[in-house]
Amino acid sequence: MTGTARELLAVDNVTKAYPGVVANSDVSFSISEGEIHALLGENGAGKSTLVKMIYGLVKPDSGTMRFRGQAYQPAEPKAARATGVAMVFQHFSLFEALNVAENVALGMESPPPMRELSGRIRSVSEEYGLPLDPDRMVGDLSAGERQRVEIIRCLLQNPKLLIMDEPTSVLTPQEVDILFKTLRQLSAEGTAILYISHKLEEIRTLCDEATILRRGKVVATCTPRDRSAREMAELMVGATLTPPARAALPKGDIALQVTGLSVASPIPFGTSLKDINFSVARGEVLGIAGVAGNGQDELLLALSGELRTAASTIQIDGQPLGAAGPNQRRAAGLVAAPEERLGHAAAPDMSLVENALLSAAIRRKLVRGGFIDWDATRSFAADIVADFDVRTPGTHVAARALSGGNLQKFVVGRELLQSPAVIVINQPTWGVDAAAAAAIRQAILDRAALGAAVVVISQDLDELLEIADNFAALNEGRLTRPRPVEGLTIDEIGLMMGGAHGMEVAHHGH
Amino acid sequence: MDIGGINPAVLIASLMVASVPIILAAIGELVVEKAGVLNLGVEGMMIMGAITGFATAVATGNPYLGFLGGAIGGAGLSLVFGVLTQFLLANQVATGLALTLFGLGLSSLIGQGYVGIKPPLTENVPFGPLADIPFLGTVIFDHDWMVYVSIGVCAAVWAVLKYTRLGLILRAVGESHDAAHALGYKVVRIRMLAILFGGAMAGLGGAYISLIRVPQWTDGITAGAGWIALAIVVFASWKPWRVLLGAYLFGGITVLQLNLQAAGARIPVEYLSMSPYLITILVLVIMSSGKGKAALNAPAALGQNFHASR
Repeated sequence: MTGTARELLAVDNVTKAYPGVVANSDVSFSISEGEIHALLGENGAGKSTLVKMIYGLVKPDSGTMRFRGQAYQPAEPKAARATGVAMVFQHFSLFEALNVAENVALGMESPPPMRELSGRIRSVSEEYGLPLDPDRMVGDLSAGERQRVEIIRCLLQNPKLLIMDEPTSVLTPQEVDILFKTLRQLSAEGTAILYISHKLEEIRTLCDEATILRRGKVVATCTPRDRSAREMAELMVGATLTPPARAALPKGDIALQVTGLSVASPIPFGTSLKDINFSVARGEVLGIAGVAGNGQDELLLALSGELRTAASTIQIDGQPLGAAGPNQRRAAGLVAAPEERLGHAAAPDMSLVENALLSAAIRRKLVRGGFIDWDATRSFAADIVADFDVRTPGTHVAARALSGGNLQKFVVGRELLQSPAVIVINQPTWGVDAAAAAAIRQAILDRAALGAAVVVISQDLDELLEIADNFAALNEGRLTRPRPVEGLTIDEIGLMMGGAHGMEVAHHGH
Repeated sequence: MDIGGINPAVLIASLMVASVPIILAAIGELVVEKAGVLNLGVEGMMIMGAITGFATAVATGNPYLGFLGGAIGGAGLSLVFGVLTQFLLANQVATGLALTLFGLGLSSLIGQGYVGIKPPLTENVPFGPLADIPFLGTVIFDHDWMVYVSIGVCAAVWAVLKYTRLGLILRAVGESHDAAHALGYKVVRIRMLAILFGGAMAGLGGAYISLIRVPQWTDGITAGAGWIALAIVVFASWKPWRVLLGAYLFGGITVLQLNLQAAGARIPVEYLSMSPYLITILVLVIMSSGKGKAALNAPAALGQNFHASR
């Protein structure tokens, strides 16, 4: 599709301010019919606010929008859907305890009777190569399948414009290929797609045009195919980026040894771990990939000590600590940073100082004879804020008040500054913008260089390939044998991650 | 055909009557919890229904208007809960508990002048010769209207939750209010309506106690029926037919222990009167020893307040 096609949606000088922040200021861009248009920008650049206005969830303070030449002011999502705008959300807007057909029905204005709807879900999903069983519970589906539910829900309403907010962050490479085929097919049929992502290589392969936002303003528009990923990244950030430096270091003794770890999941709809074996040496970074829901959370719980097993399954520096709780493991040198920041890594309503104390009391000796050494705790919290560039008015504010990226920096920094022997991190840079992500990765590598054994669990493959020495993948609770990152191809990685769950077959019909 | 001095037909018939208040209150609370709201004020709403229903019936001389008054009284008190939790975002557990205490006190105040008065009589449904069928006649065709209404409400709630779009939206709101909001559903409005329905049902159950079960007004007349109703919703895993089953089981044990006492069973009375509550606790423990919330079928957003930020 090229720019010669008819204009579908035009956004003209739209501004939206929240107390204290201007989310969008004088944003203008347009999309033609059938165009795949990328919206690029860091966290907090205003992408989400912009698409929420297009989808009718948020009203602009000023500015106008036109849809096929008509004035377009959706008061609510219903109106947007009626006009032909559909949206696939970043955090899935799905109901786990309802089945696929019910979930689809909830997103439609006047759904047909359930039996007819099931038939239509089957036929549309086959047509676009995204097979789905309408009767399955959404809670039992993989992330890729859940996304299909969202896409099918949109497609059943024949949208003219499909908005996709970071659709590939939870998919395997094969699933990404399938999604892109579907999107290209849609585009060829005349549906325009507004595609939000910070994965620049994807945007280069998929998108026709790109609008780049920085701090709520449009800073550039470009044709992604003609630009390098680096150029676009620098436009996004507004500064030059340096990739993390890492020196090839000799590895030390084995610091973390996991043998035959099998444990049932304590999480509803969770995945049990099945016979997991690996070891990490001092100075080594082991990257563990896998699509969400394949045992990542459980592995973190088992390593941190929240989930206990037989003593011999987990050895830290040679001590069998599989049956020990988190505090004993911390004392032995293992620190862990879980994925869920509010409520798991940090207590939302407690201050940063108190949160710093909660995990660092043992290793930093912040408690003496049952009394808290507040001075030392405050200075430790201040160190984290300074070293990891946490943007906060002070260490007295509640964890809840920090933005996701800033809290992530704080949580990761808190663990890394405890001079640990073993570090376990789940999703270290999830939801963090490019510059902060680079800083967190660098800090992890620095710790490894100082002799820590590091386990990074992440769904971001580029991140793992960038910082890991060895690479393994979790698939339905099983871990593949770790392999050196050097020489791994993306296809091999995809196979390690369990492929695309056998669904590529469906595209052969086309 | 008496067994140990107890006639089974009479036993079943009386357990059906004994269960009506619990069924009504529990089915209302089930709808509220399906919408993701935990209203622990059932006891308070029941007793408000009991006194407003009683007062209305005495004032008008019409028991049916009395039931209507009871429903309105219960719904009125639930409106307080709804405004506090849905608009002012007060904690649901604390507000619910306070609602019970408030309801107990307010009903006692209103009821000052009604002690010792007899309410107008509610007639049984005239089934004519059907009531003379042996056994079945006593069990099925010899009751007042409300017994059939309570079963009908269970059936209606089941059908609405399972087959209608309204039920689907209600369940969706209780499952994930954020997702429902993102799809454009009015979370607060839907929850308010569910809370009002729950209040009306609890009020109806309370009115049944003061107008038919007892029938007169005394302070604290509901005697913990609201708490039993709350337990039965969990016992029933949020399924309407199981609410009916649970309420009958519970009503059965209550009636049985009364009959056993009357028949002179040689067990201390105290054991018999605590047995229904013990069994409720036991059942709840067994049910929740499964695989957590998923096994219990609990609405995922139960008890969480919703605020549409941005």
